[in-house]
Amino acid sequence: MTDHTLVATGLSAGYDGKEILQGLDLAIPSGRITVVVGANACGKSTFLRTLSRLLAPTKGHVLLDGASIHRMPARQLARTLGLLPQAPIAPEGITVVDLVSRGRHPHKSLFSRWTRGDDEAVDGALAATKTFDLAERPVDELSGGQRQRVWIAMALAQETDILLLDEPTTFLDINHQIDVLDLLTDLNRERGTTIVMVLHDLNLAARYADALVAMAGGRIHAFGTPEEVLTEDMVRKVFGLESRVISDPLSRRPMMLPIGRHKMAGNEAA
Amino acid sequence: MTVVSVKALASVHRSVARSRRSRGLWLALLIAALVVLTILSVTIGTRDVAWAEIAAALGGAQETIGQAAIALRVPRTLLALLAGAALGLAGAIMQGVTRNPLADPGILGVNMGASLAVVIGVAWFGMASAQAYIWSAIAGAAGAALFVYTIGSLGRGGATPLKLALAGAATSVAFSSLVIAVVLPRGDIAGGIHAWQIGGVGGATYDRVLPVLPFLGIGFAISLLSARKLNSLALGDDVAAGLGEHVAAARAVASCGAILLCGATTAICGPIGFIGLMVPHLCRVLIGVDHRWLLPFSALGGAALLLAADILGRIVARPGELDVGIITALIGAPFFILIVRRQRVREL
Repeated sequence: MTDHTLVATGLSAGYDGKEILQGLDLAIPSGRITVVVGANACGKSTFLRTLSRLLAPTKGHVLLDGASIHRMPARQLARTLGLLPQAPIAPEGITVVDLVSRGRHPHKSLFSRWTRGDDEAVDGALAATKTFDLAERPVDELSGGQRQRVWIAMALAQETDILLLDEPTTFLDINHQIDVLDLLTDLNRERGTTIVMVLHDLNLAARYADALVAMAGGRIHAFGTPEEVLTEDMVRKVFGLESRVISDPLSRRPMMLPIGRHKMAGNEAA
Repeated sequence: MTVVSVKALASVHRSVARSRRSRGLWLALLIAALVVLTILSVTIGTRDVAWAEIAAALGGAQETIGQAAIALRVPRTLLALLAGAALGLAGAIMQGVTRNPLADPGILGVNMGASLAVVIGVAWFGMASAQAYIWSAIAGAAGAALFVYTIGSLGRGGATPLKLALAGAATSVAFSSLVIAVVLPRGDIAGGIHAWQIGGVGGATYDRVLPVLPFLGIGFAISLLSARKLNSLALGDDVAAGLGEHVAAARAVASCGAILLCGATTAICGPIGFIGLMVPHLCRVLIGVDHRWLLPFSALGGAALLLAADILGRIVARPGELDVGIITALIGAPFFILIVRRQRVREL
């Protein structure tokens, strides 16, 4: 596993002339899990799309090992930086092993043949995601949790040192959410893969992140360890929500309890 | 890394080997069908010809009427094979490029665009040479593809399958009306245009087939080499881009292949519909969604289907003939309805 630097400098980007990211600076910690959180429309997905070259910045750069990713040959970038968009759709009737094999695309040129190395990468990806037994099944027939594991297997077959994921746990039951986050942690620990992902759930974000990024209004509001970032003050400023932050008795990470107008001990009784 | 049992590994490799074997089996069957159909196509016609005469005709003899008939059937068979392969392959490419199960050179208006360009060339510019037919057909096909794609991309969400199919269908209807409008005041060319417009391979000669061969050859090459691009496009634009594919460029290159195939085919055969719709669907059922297999299978399947339809056209309307365009429409229209009615119509 080689170390890479992935840095956003003065990054602005948006759609249809409307700037959503406004001059954002961030250095992604190499070999760590970085989780981006923030309210809807704060620009976290836009940030991930720009970071993965799906969206060209209007200002600023994304630099991978010092070179702008938007000027790098696409295939070369795709051998270092992998991407799993939110809720990808598999072609009808495709089998698991066929889908995962397509992760080898950036390693193939027009006339190159399938090699033993490709087989090993696909086998390794199936093994790491425990999808071996599903290999011959059509992806359509799998459960949501299994399907997400298969997509992660495809991204693994790509054998990139950096993996970006946009809300990999959306639409999944809580048990499958934990399953996916554990799997990504395995990857990070066993392969040293740098992981950057957007998550909706603050408490899962704080539990699984090495570094937490809180975004608001297209800028970085806070960046640091979960303890530094997940504070009552941050939740108030970023989400506009009063809360209590306590220590999660299971993970010793910070954990946010929202304060609502109802059902609070003390005020319901009154 | 998790330890995987050797047994599980072996089972995956076995399954991959099994699917390769079944593809090989279908390939052998398809080639056998092509051989049988080719033999039938040379022997069956409005005129019954004795085996001895057929053998003599294939040897080059053209002394009897029977032998002359055979000499006509050979280039006709060749054209049917080429046109069918081109349309089947073009259909598979278009379905891959647009991720649209309803895409077809006919439905997306590409063949009608080629057709309109040829008709305008003949009616207004007195176009007569084979080269002029081919170039104008390719230009028309490209123009129609660009037009339909632009219209289909307008608005939010870009070129979704549904918008593309609607834009294509509307354009196709508009172009076919324009064809009628251009031909209507021209009684002198109407007969020839009408016969061509139905779509057929009858009356093919080597002189007519030869000029399109280079265009078809380039079209086949570009199309078949696009297989990996289509495989990554099939996963959606974002995933494809993440895999290092230039999404727009991949679409453009593959489309160029399909446009060459459609334009060149339409120039000599007229607009033949539904081959490009039916064949890739049938092939997907047989061998799956990997374009590295799907594209060559669609070409072979298209050749078989068009040739079979042409032979059928010679049998059902004896002593006359039904043009192949009519036969493919008769088979294809119910097939189209079947696909639309299936609940699982969605992005490929």
